[in-house]
Amino acid sequence: MTDTASDWRPSDIELGRRRFRKKQTLRSVLIAALSTIVLAVALWAGIVNTPGWAVVQQSFFDPQTFVEAWPRVAAGFLLNLEVLGVAAVGVAIVGTLVATVRTLRGPVFFPLRALATAYTDLFRGLPLIIVLYLVGFGIPGLQFTSGRVPAQVWGTLALILTYGAYVGEVLRAGIEAVHPSQMLAARALGLSRGRALRIVVLPQAIRKVSPALMNDFISMQKDVGLISVLGAIDAVRAAQIQTAEAFNFTPYVLAGLLFVVLAIPLIRLTDWYAARLRRREQTGAVL
Amino acid sequence: MAGPPVLRAEGLRKSFGDRTVLAGVDLEVDRGDVVALIGPSGSGKSTLLRCLNLLEQPDDGRIWLGDEDITDPRADADRIRARFGVVFQQFNLFPHRTVLDNVTLAMRVIRRLPRAQAEEEGLALLDRIGLAGRAHEHPDRLSGGQQQRTAIVRAIAAKPEVLLLDEITSALDPELVGEVLELVRELAATTTIVMATHELTFARDVATQVLFLDGGRIVERGTPDEVLVSPRELRTQEFLRRFRRG
Repeated sequence: MTDTASDWRPSDIELGRRRFRKKQTLRSVLIAALSTIVLAVALWAGIVNTPGWAVVQQSFFDPQTFVEAWPRVAAGFLLNLEVLGVAAVGVAIVGTLVATVRTLRGPVFFPLRALATAYTDLFRGLPLIIVLYLVGFGIPGLQFTSGRVPAQVWGTLALILTYGAYVGEVLRAGIEAVHPSQMLAARALGLSRGRALRIVVLPQAIRKVSPALMNDFISMQKDVGLISVLGAIDAVRAAQIQTAEAFNFTPYVLAGLLFVVLAIPLIRLTDWYAARLRRREQTGAVL
Repeated sequence: MAGPPVLRAEGLRKSFGDRTVLAGVDLEVDRGDVVALIGPSGSGKSTLLRCLNLLEQPDDGRIWLGDEDITDPRADADRIRARFGVVFQQFNLFPHRTVLDNVTLAMRVIRRLPRAQAEEEGLALLDRIGLAGRAHEHPDRLSGGQQQRTAIVRAIAAKPEVLLLDEITSALDPELVGEVLELVRELAATTTIVMATHELTFARDVATQVLFLDGGRIVERGTPDEVLVSPRELRTQEFLRRFRRG
């Protein structure tokens, strides 16, 4: 079958169609580019011509303050990255645990199941900032630790608690979306429930919900900035200090930019991954 | 029958990656024809059907529906697809809609009939296949055969010029095949049909043309008797022999 592919040359009609489609594509791209430019210019002109623009520009986009704030804010941002890394691992563990417990059947597991349900209900309902306050100021108040535990540790814990609840629910949805016949087939091979879940069901579940998981990850990545309310010197807190020193808001813009720069590659990766999944699902039955 | 062909294809080619699935296929379907596409798995039957109604974009060749070249990139593919009816192997009924909604969807959206009229027509169609009483249930409550007959009715509800059937009995339990084929047999009297099928006996009874595909080409074509009873080509003979033995 493949031998005919090599010596086939497209007919003139096909070449004509390709030329036409290419022209159409080019036209769409040009129109898109043009309308983007027009919109951007209109927006820019609109903002620049507002009466207060000069003042805003000076207090939010001051190059000198930007440069001066950079070392401190960047150092703070490293703390954000650290917290993010630890929290991501913690969330993965807590989320998987909760999802697994919530799918356990049988009356023996009722207390565990109830606990997991109560946990997800509570922490999906509580605003993150309140969890931060409760964990960050409440737990140290118990005074069971000797010495001072840094604020970022409590911040990380609060993030794990909140996002673990979300991710647990997402994973549970994924597990339930894997067709029951997969579990049956795995059990029929003699795998225990736990191993069937781990080897057969969970990998498929994670694949199904990976766009949602990545979404949660991106969301957590910027919520990491909230640990500043506990006094941890992260990028946001550093920017706050710099702002107070310079009487200028530019450090906040700098911190915001750092978070955006961190998020963009991940957002693109998520889009790419979702598109790939979609393609793979659609090519299942071409023949 | 007189008049120009309803559907005509010339030199159709389609590859997926470096795998050539259609290597130049010609086809001519007259009004009222029932064309049976037979051939081994992977011979390109389904791909051919999908190319015909532009669910897949052919790599080369032309297709005319009536006298319109539907491979012209200026053609409105959605409008053209509405002129075909398609029934898939896996039914593909919409699980979130009732049986009646499945049947009336195209009537309301494509033919723009008011709901009351569409439902009246839909119920009449369902009555014809004995499912009017199940109209307000969801498809998962029906047997495979009932689902597939609903899918057929959904396809003809839009009054297509050509009905494409893609191995519509392959996913059914053997005892449910009969009722589906019976419905197709009824439709065959009044409808132009192109069907990919493994039901050779049925093809012999109903088809006006049989095309044997192998390796992306039409190896042999003719009346059912010519192709299925006394084939000239060695590959057709081999296929039929293997098929009958299995």
